[in-house]
Amino acid sequence: MLNSPSQSQTVDFAKIREDFPILHRSVKGKPMVFLDSAASSQKPKAVIDVLNQYYENTNANVHRGVYQLSQEATDAFEAGRRKVQAFINARHEHEVIFVRGTTEGINLVASSFGRQFLQAGDEILISAMEHHSNIVPWQLIAGQTGASLRVIPVSDTGELDMEAFDSLLHERTKIVALTHVSNTMGTINPVKTIIGKAHQKGIPVLIDGAQAIPHMEIDVQELDADFYVFSGHKMLGPTGIGILYGKEKWLNQMPPYHGGGEMIKTVTFAETTYADLPHKFEAGTPDISGAIGLGAAIDYINAVGRDAIAAYEHQLLEYGTQKMLEIPGIRIIGTAENKASVISFLLEGTHPFDVGTILDQMGVAVRTGHHCTQPLMERFEIPGTVRASFALYNNFEDIDRLVEAVQKAATMLR
Amino acid sequence: MTINEIQDEIIDEFSFFGDWMEKYEYIIDLGKGLSLIDEQYKTDDYLIRGCQSRVWLRADAAPGGKVVFTADSDAVITKGIIALLMRVLSDQTATEVANADLYFIDKIGLKEHLSPTRSNGLLSMVKQMKLYGLALSTQAS
Ligand SMILES: Cc1ncc(COP(=O)(O)O)c(C=O)c1O
Repeated sequence: MLNSPSQSQTVDFAKIREDFPILHRSVKGKPMVFLDSAASSQKPKAVIDVLNQYYENTNANVHRGVYQLSQEATDAFEAGRRKVQAFINARHEHEVIFVRGTTEGINLVASSFGRQFLQAGDEILISAMEHHSNIVPWQLIAGQTGASLRVIPVSDTGELDMEAFDSLLHERTKIVALTHVSNTMGTINPVKTIIGKAHQKGIPVLIDGAQAIPHMEIDVQELDADFYVFSGHKMLGPTGIGILYGKEKWLNQMPPYHGGGEMIKTVTFAETTYADLPHKFEAGTPDISGAIGLGAAIDYINAVGRDAIAAYEHQLLEYGTQKMLEIPGIRIIGTAENKASVISFLLEGTHPFDVGTILDQMGVAVRTGHHCTQPLMERFEIPGTVRASFALYNNFEDIDRLVEAVQKAATMLR
Repeated sequence: MTINEIQDEIIDEFSFFGDWMEKYEYIIDLGKGLSLIDEQYKTDDYLIRGCQSRVWLRADAAPGGKVVFTADSDAVITKGIIALLMRVLSDQTATEVANADLYFIDKIGLKEHLSPTRSNGLLSMVKQMKLYGLALSTQAS
């Protein structure tokens, strides 16, 4: 069941929970059970403290001051970049671009890669389980270039149809953009295989890692991903910071996304020459505290250990799945073999919104609705789901409270 | 009864509920009651799109400057709250609907259901009802 039981046993996850101040609060007079980490994770005190320290001691704009404070801020900011580089094992520091989040990262690639490489008749290959932020940016650039979107279908278990993928991947395909882990179903996609197949045909691949990065070890060189995008706020870091990893060879060929300060070498009214990577893609004052906070989140995750986190979350998933399936009338959407710690479900004869409302009354925070994956909801012909997602600070008691609340909802609503 | 008399009546009824469960069981019962809108009107023309649940709303002018609302939702709690809103606003004069101050929602502890973050369509529905009231009252005068 566990990838590495020995490691997960050496980490005391009960103590980890203590590191997250917000988990002490109550909701509607009951201790809060937070099961919406897939939307945004909570932050450990270590991250909150670093943000405070930054504003109390180090705050200044980066890359432009001769004075000591600006130098310190720049050093801390760039240290954040190096932590990210090490965390995902990027070959070069300048392949790590700071963006606002996954959404901005994908928009950047869709726009800059698209303007450079897409033409009428070309195809962009995505899947039926993509988050809207890995659909709409591609639709926008398709509309501007005359390229079109092709979609890898999803099976009843919530897995990619790999045969369909093989036949959809052909000479007209110019880029594949795919989620690593489905935010709605938890499916872990075989991205390494997919990247390998695409590369055989010389096609680059963007991976939306928003839901993968908090839960598993990511090595962009081992995956050989051309682009890998994720958000800080889903991996214990602050909101407003995210990462676009891109291979140097692609980033160098792509035009800038935003224009402004920081991203230029020289500007005259006749002509502007652009700065080198990563600054070419970082116009304007960046989210300095965000980058530093993200670095602190990475330190925290590394200290716990990604294998230990993955193993522990897998235990939560197995326990939760087993307990949920004991409730009569539960249907789990997303039953892939290889899953991250997400349980999306429907309770027969009820609407997800009603279930979510009762759960909220009982202090259990879950997500209801389409989870920004409307095409996937259409695929399953459902209005939405109730989604419980687990993180390293959840425990088995949280799952018991969830199950109890769902049982209560069932008796009240049916 | 006037809009405010009905609101006060509802507030009084809700004051007897001991806890949230009794309250929601009552709302769910209301929601499970009769279908509030004719199936033929459950179309996109009458749909108010919420992110979470869908709401259908129809307004008809009735004699005496009154407006009769019918509405429905695919979520039963939303539907129960719609039943309360219907009880307050339907069959009142268009002018009164347009000017109504719906204080009962807050008083019975259901304010969160009419907040934008819920996006269950209820807030848009109330706005739409008032707009209908306004449109019908200006037509009449
Ligand atoms: C798979 C996936 N992609 C993209 C996003 C968008 O992330 P953000 O809102 O941080 O830009 C999310 C967040 O919900 C997600 O789950």
